[in-house]
Amino acid sequence: MAETTTPRRAVPLWIQITIWAFLVGLLAIVAMGLNRAQQGTVQPGQKIDDFSLTLYSGYELDGKTEIRLSDLRGKVVVLNFWASWCKPCEQEATELQEAWLEYQPGGEVVFLGLDYVDTETDARVYLKKFSITFPNGPDLATSISQYFRIRGVPETYFIDKEGVLRYVQVGPFVSIDQIRAQIDPLLK
Amino acid sequence: MSKGKIRATQYAIFLTLLAALFATLSIASAQGPEPTDDEVNQIAKKLYCPVCENTPLDVCPTEACRQWREQIREMLIEGKTEEEIIDYFAVTYGERAAGDPRDKLRAYLIPVVAILAGTILLVRALQMWKKPKAAEAVIPAIEPKPVVHHDEYIARIEEELKKRN
Repeated sequence: MAETTTPRRAVPLWIQITIWAFLVGLLAIVAMGLNRAQQGTVQPGQKIDDFSLTLYSGYELDGKTEIRLSDLRGKVVVLNFWASWCKPCEQEATELQEAWLEYQPGGEVVFLGLDYVDTETDARVYLKKFSITFPNGPDLATSISQYFRIRGVPETYFIDKEGVLRYVQVGPFVSIDQIRAQIDPLLK
Repeated sequence: MSKGKIRATQYAIFLTLLAALFATLSIASAQGPEPTDDEVNQIAKKLYCPVCENTPLDVCPTEACRQWREQIREMLIEGKTEEEIIDYFAVTYGERAAGDPRDKLRAYLIPVVAILAGTILLVRALQMWKKPKAAEAVIPAIEPKPVVHHDEYIARIEEELKKRN
């Protein structure tokens, strides 16, 4: 008996193209993710885009509960990312507060604490524990930390009077001199 | 102090205590019972650790996750629903905290539609590329004219070849 063989039907062109388009899209997404991961933080010299920050009650800046970076043009901004669950953040908390008390009377420097993926209850306990008084607020939806591409906490960004990033401190400060060394040149 | 005044004071104290008791009970009933770990984890497993990527909140051992689970517990006590809690986390900590995207239409439908539209366009473009244009098809093919050699030398060679064949 003769065997009947059905001829192999080729996969339609549009299905082939769909599969390829899907694979290329997937590769593009992976490549973008890898590229972003390798980029690191925002680099010194870059002009920082404007953003707004809602502050915790009791930690406002001149009575304002919401501030924009552009409102602080003409002042040196020290942007500190922290979290109450972060142990290394505790190492620098006292130094940051001391530095704030030192520069606050001059009115030329503003410290801003950005609470990263934290609960307000625990954040308040932390702020009270280290007697922190400089303006602090949550990084809502992690939009600011995503913009700065932070790798973790603590991280501190020094922005000059023209809104240009001048220095990035990854990890905690070990002394107040380390903080002064970044702020003082920006005041000249 | 007269007997009447003492009795009035006793009544006042009794009524104050009764009012305090009702107030406490009403607050307690509004807050709801203490949720179990299972109830907390039921919601926590739909959320993701903010620090270690791709780790569900219910199994994450970090301090940040412990705090988040505590926050879920507090919100459950306040009477918040699962949807309200997940929405709160997505708004406060970003979409990546929530396992499922909030805007499902945008997250799932738009990429599929975009891929399909792109594919259709590509297929159409390829088909047009492969097929000859209609205008080209109606142009009659021009027969190549036989080449007439006037070269005497070539004519002689061809004659010789014919003789040999």
